[in-house]
Amino acid sequence: MLLRDEFSKNGDIRIGVYVCDCGTNIAGKVRVPEVVEYAGTLPHVVVAKEYKYMCSDPGQDMIRREIKEQKLNRLLVAACSPHVHEETFRNVAAQAGLNPFLFQMVNIRELVSWVTKDPDKATAKAKDMIRAAANRVLFHEELEPLKYHIKRNVVIVGGGIAGIHAALLLADSGEHVYLVERESSIGGHMAMFDKTFPTLDCAACILTPKMTMVKSHPNITIMSYSEVVEVNGFVGDFKVKVRKKPRYVDEENCVGCFECIDACVFKDARYPNEFDFGLGKRKPIYMPFPQAVPPVPVIDADTCIEFKTGKCPKECLKACGERAGIDFAQKEEIVELEVGSIIVATGFDSFDPKKMPQYGYGIYSNVYTSLEAERLFNASGPTAGELVLRDGSKPKSVGIIHCVGSRDENHNRWCSRVCCMYSMKLAHLVKERTNADVFNFYIDIRAAGKGYEEFYNRTMEEGVQYIRGKVAEVTDNAQTKDEEGKLVIRVEDTLLGMIRRIPVDMVILSVGLEPQHDALEVTKMFNISCSGGGWFMERHPKLAPVSTMSGGVFLAGACQAPKDIPDTVAQAGAAASEALALSHKGVIEVEPNTAFIDETLCSGCQVCVGLCPYSAISYDQEKKISILNQALCQGCGVCAGACPSGAAQQHLFNDSQLMAEIEGALAGVL
Amino acid sequence: MNKEFEPKILGILCNWCSYMASDLAGTSRSQYPPNIRVVRVMCSGRIEPQLILWAFQQGADGVLVGGCNPGDCHYQEGNYKALRRVTLLKTMLPQFGIEPERLRLEWICASCAEEMRKTVEEFTNTLCRLGPLKVQIPQIIPVTGKAVVEYVQT
Amino acid sequence: MSKPKVAFYWCASCGGCEEAVVDLADAILGVVDAVDIVFWPVAMDFKREDVEALKDGELAAGFVNGAIRTSEQEEMAHLMRRKSQALIAFGSCSHTGGIPGLANLYTREDILKRVYIENPSIVNPNHILPQEKSVETEGTLRLPAFKDDVRTLDQTVEVDYYLPGCPPPVNLIVNAVTALVEGKLPPKGSVLAPDVALCSECERNATKPEKLSMKDVKRPHEIIIDGENCLLAQGVICLGPATRSGCGAACLNANMPCTGCMGATSGALDYGAKALSAMASLLDSNDAEEIKSMTAKIVDPAGTFYRYSLPASFLHRRVGRPG
Repeated sequence: MLLRDEFSKNGDIRIGVYVCDCGTNIAGKVRVPEVVEYAGTLPHVVVAKEYKYMCSDPGQDMIRREIKEQKLNRLLVAACSPHVHEETFRNVAAQAGLNPFLFQMVNIRELVSWVTKDPDKATAKAKDMIRAAANRVLFHEELEPLKYHIKRNVVIVGGGIAGIHAALLLADSGEHVYLVERESSIGGHMAMFDKTFPTLDCAACILTPKMTMVKSHPNITIMSYSEVVEVNGFVGDFKVKVRKKPRYVDEENCVGCFECIDACVFKDARYPNEFDFGLGKRKPIYMPFPQAVPPVPVIDADTCIEFKTGKCPKECLKACGERAGIDFAQKEEIVELEVGSIIVATGFDSFDPKKMPQYGYGIYSNVYTSLEAERLFNASGPTAGELVLRDGSKPKSVGIIHCVGSRDENHNRWCSRVCCMYSMKLAHLVKERTNADVFNFYIDIRAAGKGYEEFYNRTMEEGVQYIRGKVAEVTDNAQTKDEEGKLVIRVEDTLLGMIRRIPVDMVILSVGLEPQHDALEVTKMFNISCSGGGWFMERHPKLAPVSTMSGGVFLAGACQAPKDIPDTVAQAGAAASEALALSHKGVIEVEPNTAFIDETLCSGCQVCVGLCPYSAISYDQEKKISILNQALCQGCGVCAGACPSGAAQQHLFNDSQLMAEIEGALAGVL
Repeated sequence: MNKEFEPKILGILCNWCSYMASDLAGTSRSQYPPNIRVVRVMCSGRIEPQLILWAFQQGADGVLVGGCNPGDCHYQEGNYKALRRVTLLKTMLPQFGIEPERLRLEWICASCAEEMRKTVEEFTNTLCRLGPLKVQIPQIIPVTGKAVVEYVQT
Repeated sequence: MSKPKVAFYWCASCGGCEEAVVDLADAILGVVDAVDIVFWPVAMDFKREDVEALKDGELAAGFVNGAIRTSEQEEMAHLMRRKSQALIAFGSCSHTGGIPGLANLYTREDILKRVYIENPSIVNPNHILPQEKSVETEGTLRLPAFKDDVRTLDQTVEVDYYLPGCPPPVNLIVNAVTALVEGKLPPKGSVLAPDVALCSECERNATKPEKLSMKDVKRPHEIIIDGENCLLAQGVICLGPATRSGCGAACLNANMPCTGCMGATSGALDYGAKALSAMASLLDSNDAEEIKSMTAKIVDPAGTFYRYSLPASFLHRRVGRPG
C-alpha cells in the first residue's frame, strides 16, 4: 500500500546513489556532476558519487566500502540497462551484506544518453529517473531469491548437425537427452551434402558416424518423426509434449533389414523422394536415404495401397513375418517429457527461387537449386553422384548464380553467409566430375573463414570463372547460334562494365537461408523472441549468444542466424555446455518477482484465479480466499493488475513501488 | 501546435519487448524526443488503470503502455489483459475530458527499436497538438482511511 | 457524569443517511440513552448558533453526511470539525463524494445552465441564474456560493473516521456508536467497516465457476438475473469484488448487482480504476474488436465505476477545461 507512514516505520532509510560516466557513453551527454549533486539533495540520500566505470573493480569496491561505512540500506546505480548490469550490482550489494533486492538500477545510458541530442534534456531526464528510483526504493523490502531444482534431462529440438553434436556432448557428460526430429531420420541438411567446404571432407563420412553414435548412445533417446507440440513450466522444470507421428513400422521390433521395402507390391520406386527434392524416387515404404538413423523404414499413408484401398496383399507384412515390424494400426502418440533445459536447433529453410521467376526455376528444367545439386553430387543420391541434365547427358557448361534471395531488398536483406563458399564447392565439384566450364556470378565474394580464401583461389586456379554482377535473368531466348538450346544468363559484368550473355547447359541457383516456415510457432511454443527477419533472438548478441530471454532455453545452429557447419558445431557445443552448467549447478536462483496474496485483504472474489497463465492461483474452499502457489508463479503480475482489493501484489512491482516510481519520474519540469 | 509546450510522457514498458526495444534503440543510437520517462514492468499484464490514472494525476500528458505483439507474450497472454484494460479505460477517459489519444497501447517487439523511436516521436507530436493535461485535485492533504497520499497540483 | 455530546449534520445528500439513523429502530433508544444529541437539523430544533456556542472539542463526535458543494456546507464542515473530538464522515457522499460527486464530470457552468436554463421543466426566459447576493427593495438576499467542484469531507477538513455506505448499514452504525461510547474506537483514519471486499460475505461466491470470466456484458434490465449464481458469471457488472463488505450483500439479496457504495478496501487507492481493471480483465476475449464491442456495452463507465467515489478518485473531476 502506498502509505507514507508505512515506510517511515521502516526506520532510517539511507540511500546511496552511484552515477556511472561509462567513459563518455553517459558523461559525453549527461552532465554527471550536476546529476550527482542533484541526487544528493533527494530525501534519504546520504551519499551520491560519480565514477568513470562503476562496473569495474574499483567502482564496485567503492560501492561495497560505502555500503558498510555509510550504513546504506538502499542502493541506486545509475548506469546502463538492467539487462546489462543489474546482476553485477545486486551481487555487489550482497557482497557488502545488503540484501540485493534493496538495490535499483537506473538506466541512463540506453534510455538517456544514447538517445537524446540535447545535453540539458538528457541531464534533466537522468535526474528524473534517479528521482523515480529513489522514490521507489523507499518501498523495497528484503527478498530471498527463489531457488529451483534443475532436472537433469535435456530435450534437443532438431536432429541436424547442431542437435546431434549437442546431444552427444551432453550424453557423454551423463545427461539424458531426448533428440526430437520431425523427419523420419536425423541428419538434417548436412546429410544431404556430398562434400563440405573448404576441406572437401565427405559429409557422410564425418556425419554418419556421429548419427550412429547418437543411435547407440545409452543416454540419448531419438524421437524421430516427432514434433514438440506444447511446452510448459520453466527453467529447470519444463514439461514438453511431443507428438510421435505414426510411421507404421515399429521402431522396437524393426531390425533394419529392409526386406519389407524389397517386398513392397510396387516393384519400382515411383514416388518422388522428398529427401532428394523429387529428383529420386521411392516406394510407399522407404528409407529417405540409406544411412538414415534410426534405420527404420517409414510407410507413407498417402501413397500406400493398403491405406488407400485396404486391399493390398501386404507383401511387406509377410516379408517381415514374425519380426512383427510392420504395424498398420499404429496411432499418433503424445509423449510428455520432463526436462531441465531445452536446446532449440531447428535449423533453416532454403529460399524458394520460384519467388524470382526471372531465374527460370520451375520454368526451365535445367535450372536447379543448390540443394538439388548437392543431391546430384551425393554418391547415395538419385544419380549416384553423377551431375547430369534432365536428359541424362553431362553438362558442358554450368552457371552458378550467387545470392538468390539473399542481400536482396525485395526478398531477404541478410547475407546467408554460406552461399559463396558452397557455390565454390559446387563449382569445384562440377569441374571435378564433368570438367564443364563453370561461371560463378557473384555480388561480392565473402570468404572469411579458416581456409576459405585459399579455397577461393584454388577454384580459380582450377579454371572456375567468376563474373561480378547480379544476374538479371536466365532465358532460353537464343539470339545467336551459340545460344540455341542453351540457357542464357544475362548479367551486367560490373568489372568489365558491360552487359554479357553467357550460354550454359545448366544453371544452379545458390539459394539463401531463411528461417523455417513455422519459426514463429516455435518461438511462441518456447517463449523466445525473433530478431530481424525471423531468426531466433539470442539473449545478448555478443555475451550470451546461445542463451535466450527464456531461462533454460538455448539456441544452436542456423535457427539463430545463417551459419556454416563449423560455426554451427561450435554453437551447439556452447549450447550444450550452457545446459550442462545449468544442470550441474543443480539449483537455479530466480529473481523473486513472484506475486503474493495478502490473506487479510483477499475476499476470495476469484478474479485472479482464471487470469493466471500458470494456474498458480486457486480458491481455497476452507479459508474462502484465493491462494497463490509461489513455485508455479512466473512473476508476470497479471493478478496484481486485476485484483480489485489490492490483495494480490507482485514483489518488486507492487502498487507502492510503481506508484512511487511514477510520481518521481513525473515530478520534474520539462 | 504549442511550440513552447514540452509534453511529459510516462512509458510503462514490458521487460521482454518494448523495454528491450528501448534498450536496442539506445544501442543503435536512435535519437528520439527526451519527453518520455520509462517505468519497467515484467509484463504489460501488470499494468492497470490505477497506475495510468495516477500518472495522469502526477503530471503525465500522455501514457504509453508497451507490450509484446499479440501471441508473443512472454507470459502467454498478459498483453491481452492489458488490451482489455486499456480498451475499457479509453472508453471512460472522454467522460473526464481526457482525449483517448493520451493513452496509447503499442505492441513493440524486442527488436523493434525503430518502431520505439517512431512511437515516442509521434506520441510527442500528438501531445504537443493536444496541449497540456491539467488535472485539478484538491490542495488539502487528506488523512483518509484509504491512504495518505500527498496530493500534488499538476 | 454527563453523557457524551454528539451532533449530526447533512451537506450535499439525499436524506437517506438520516433515514439510516432512524432505521436503528429500537437501537436508537439505546443511542439516545447513551449520548446527548445536541444538533440534528433534520429531527431536532437546534440552530447553528447552538453549535457555535459549544466549546471547541466539546462534541465527542460529529457525524457529517453529504458531500461538500456549497460555501455553507464548507463552513459547517469547519464548524463541526472545530467542535468535535472525532469527526465522522457518514455515508458515501461524505466519505468519497457519492452520487452528488458525479457532478464533477461537468463544470459548474454546465450544471447551472442545465438546471436553470435547459431543463425542459424550467421556464426562465431571461436566463436568470442564482446569485450569491441580490439586492431587492426589501433588502439584500444571500445564497451560499455554489462551488466549482464537489469535494469529500476529507478534502475539506481533517476527518477521523469513516462510516461508508449509501446509506451506512445499521449494524455498522451501532458498532461505531458502541465503540465511541465505550472509548474503543480504532486508530484515527480508520474506516469503520470490514477491510475485505463483499464477495467474502456474498452467498453467491460459492457458485463461481472454476475460472471466472465474462463472455458478454449485460445490464440488469437486459436479462432475467438468476437468483443464486454469481452475477459476474451471468455477465452482469457486479462491483462486489472491489467493494468493502459490511452491508451483508443487501443488493445481491435483492437480486441486484453491487454498485460499490461502500467504497474501496484499504488496498485500493482509486476505487474506480481498480474495479474497472478487474472487470476488464474478466472480459473473455483476446480479440481487439470483440473487446471493443464488449466494453461498448458498458454505456457509462465513469458512472459505473465511480458511482459513489468520483471526487475521491485520482482525477477528482473532469479535466481539460481549466476553471
